[in-house]
Amino acid sequence: MISTKFGKYGGQYVPEVLMPAISELTFAYEEYVTKNKDGFMDDFFTRLKDFGGRPTPLYKAERLSERYGREIYLKREDLLHGGAHKLNNALGQCLLAKYMGKERIIAETGAGQHGTATAMAASYLGLDCEIYMGKKDINRQRLNVFRMEINGARVNPVERGSGTLKEAINETMRDWSKSVDTTHYVIGSVVGPHPFPKMVRDFQSVISQEAREQIQTEVGRLPDSVVACAGGGSNAMGAFYNFLQDEGVKLIAVEAGGKGIESVSESKIAHHSASLVAGREGVLHGARTKILQDRDGQIVESHSISAGLDYAGVGPELAYLVDEGQIIPEIVKDEEAIKAFFLLSEMEGIIPALETSHALGYLENQMGEDLGEIVIVNLSGRGDKDVETVIEESHRLGVKHQTMERIERRI
Amino acid sequence: MSRIGVAFGEGPILIPYITAGDPSQESTIEYVEALVKGGAKIIELGLPFSEPIADGPIIQEAINRSLEAGMNPKKFFELVSLMNCNVPVVVMTYYNIIYQYGEVPVESFVTDAIKHGVDGMIIPDLPVEEAEEILKICEGREIDLIFIVAPTTRDQRIEKIMGKISGFVYVQARLGITGVQKDVSQSTYESLERLKGYDIPKAVGFGVSNANQAAEIVRSGADGVIAGSVFVDIIQRGDANAVQLLEDKARELVRGIDEGIENNKS
Repeated sequence: MISTKFGKYGGQYVPEVLMPAISELTFAYEEYVTKNKDGFMDDFFTRLKDFGGRPTPLYKAERLSERYGREIYLKREDLLHGGAHKLNNALGQCLLAKYMGKERIIAETGAGQHGTATAMAASYLGLDCEIYMGKKDINRQRLNVFRMEINGARVNPVERGSGTLKEAINETMRDWSKSVDTTHYVIGSVVGPHPFPKMVRDFQSVISQEAREQIQTEVGRLPDSVVACAGGGSNAMGAFYNFLQDEGVKLIAVEAGGKGIESVSESKIAHHSASLVAGREGVLHGARTKILQDRDGQIVESHSISAGLDYAGVGPELAYLVDEGQIIPEIVKDEEAIKAFFLLSEMEGIIPALETSHALGYLENQMGEDLGEIVIVNLSGRGDKDVETVIEESHRLGVKHQTMERIERRI
Repeated sequence: MSRIGVAFGEGPILIPYITAGDPSQESTIEYVEALVKGGAKIIELGLPFSEPIADGPIIQEAINRSLEAGMNPKKFFELVSLMNCNVPVVVMTYYNIIYQYGEVPVESFVTDAIKHGVDGMIIPDLPVEEAEEILKICEGREIDLIFIVAPTTRDQRIEKIMGKISGFVYVQARLGITGVQKDVSQSTYESLERLKGYDIPKAVGFGVSNANQAAEIVRSGADGVIAGSVFVDIIQRGDANAVQLLEDKARELVRGIDEGIENNKS
């Protein structure tokens, strides 16, 4: 049996009512995913290719490379069907649910990217689908809400608390504890109880599997560093996983610095979502990991301009790898992410997701770590969904950028 | 025998749940007194956690009110000391709260719990698989660790749980989360049947709200009836006579329990 932990992190901290379902899922994970029972993984890869459009390109961003004096390669997960890396996991889990004989899919979503990917995969595989989404996130990601509904999913607004990802996860777990017999919970990141962190990582690791081959074909050697943004951490784990064995490759996880991590207040609010940099060990949503919490262990509200990074926890494997020194955690603030959003859009003709813009913002600042000559950035998603937010927030924050000047002149 | 074991010795009993500090520490003291007066033999007291994934809307709201009023583990222990009630007190809280308390994770919490008169712990997000840490700390000390048996829990897991449990077994009457229901679920009968061979008190909770249910649960062989949301709902409504209503509700459920006992005898 595969261990449920990563060092001291991970585990299965869930209500007893869910344990049999978790055991059933663990068994299915070990059989179908790790042992390719009934050719499950072959089926998965074929569908990723035909339905998802894999492999995604590894693309050399010429003008960015010039700007930074390094070779910058973008792993184009924004070109995956749906516009983000999320489909790798959603398709994998929905397919597994089908192999397990489940009829109904539930999922939480923050930015709505995981929700839309799950709705697409469920509709493609003929499964019923319900999505839980915080009220605040529904308001700031309207487009994705419509996309889910158009794909046939029911979107349940979660009003409690801050109305973001944390509450959506709570509510999905509550649904699952009533519906375990017929329902599979497609968790959206490398978080939650075992086997989710390992299973989601395995589905997402196709990113680094491809990128590692592509960069060697392209430049004949491995990169010096790989940069990815991290909220829950699924695109980061996917982009890093196959490089973990390569000692010379630096792996940098960029968290949402929000308004800055120095501005942590005593009360229930953190002005950032940097669990790896500023979190403390604890138990949240089924796993032991690094968490933003107050002294008593109450989970605090996180903040990020990007809904997909706005989470008080992080995947347990990332917490472990940070402690082991294999992953370097860094932060990029709201305003820096917005500037990177504009920069990539203008220089390379690619509008990146706000989440991804944090990884790109790190290139611009290059704080601390030397990235080396060859850098891969995981371009985890496209930014169409974020356009309105970026314009509004730039205006509010008074971000000085020529794009904003152009837009404001017209308005 | 622990104080909890002694409490069960008196025959099938009522175990009410309320959230500590909802809406204030003073009110909790009054409410607990009323529940004991109404016939409660063990009190289950919630220590709030911001992410109560096992709880339904009624108790979630109670937890919010309690947190907003400033409840925390230190105040919780003070409160238990102040209550000075002569029935055992069981704390229900989530693992992160226990883990973060004091200087030494878990150890500090257990030590202070015992010191302040807590008799048992229910930790809904701690299945037996993750309980080694706390079991080792509780070993040989005067505190019971109560586990939940759910409708989905089958024989092999039951055996595993029974090997670790002390105090009583919390039989979750139905799938899902806490809340008020009208009937007794089929899975209650099935779970009690599965637990028959084990020599430990069995208390049924999740959805219990009236005397008929309480009677039916006792008739099916339970040693205790746990009711939470129905009491928390009274507190939430905030009527001036809430204290009286709590006592009356407890009395009603105890009457149900007694009816169940009578049926069993005849």
